[in-house]
Amino acid sequence: MDLLERFASGDLEAFEVLFRQHQREVYAWIVRIVRDPGVAEDLTVETFWRIYNHSARFRPGGNFRAWARRIATNAALDHLRHAHADVALPENLPVVPVSDTAVQREAREHIRNAFNTLPAIYRLVATLALVEEESYATIAAAVGISESLVKVRVFRAVRILRKRLSFFAPEVPAK
Amino acid sequence: MTDHELSKEAKDLLKLAIPAAKDTDLRRDLWPQMLRKLDEHPAPARSVPWFDWALAALACAAVLYFPGIIPALLYHL
Repeated sequence: MDLLERFASGDLEAFEVLFRQHQREVYAWIVRIVRDPGVAEDLTVETFWRIYNHSARFRPGGNFRAWARRIATNAALDHLRHAHADVALPENLPVVPVSDTAVQREAREHIRNAFNTLPAIYRLVATLALVEEESYATIAAAVGISESLVKVRVFRAVRILRKRLSFFAPEVPAK
Repeated sequence: MTDHELSKEAKDLLKLAIPAAKDTDLRRDLWPQMLRKLDEHPAPARSVPWFDWALAALACAAVLYFPGIIPALLYHL
């Protein structure tokens, strides 16, 4: 019996092998969505807990990596939904450094605040498509929707952001 | 403004506020944490839905009260 068949039958040892094979990739995907290493670690464990609980639903001939990514995306989305109202986007994830004048700081603060008020699903697709520059196809597979719906959601997120930043946009400095 | 220009503008704005993640490496093995979670929240037992139990009970009752249907049931299995 191969690894995926053993996993589908609920074998804990097979699950451990799969966990160790995929934990880094799942974590890397989640941390790019939630942007907080501590939360991403918890959500990685939550993702694999869901995976283990639903092991019977996994078809051994299927793509475990894609299945795990989809469950990870749902776990991250659940987190964004619950954290949406009162938690600001964390800044403790190492990022590509940008220059930091007072005007840029203010601009960033405004944009971040506007972004935090977007519905969770819009934040998710906008983060992946616009900030992380993932392809629409990759996002569509991870969220479980069509590519065109991803485009629509990104466009709506952009429209809402533009509306909320319209009073501020003329002052946003060039990069 | 076209959709493409709109996306480009939004991308620039967003990247100003939320730069792309650079370091996404997992620093430690999460398996011990996973085992703790499995201990604290074991997988729920795979339960049989109440509707399936009701159907089974109905089938048993039918067989008990009307044994004549057994050949018909066997024929359709």
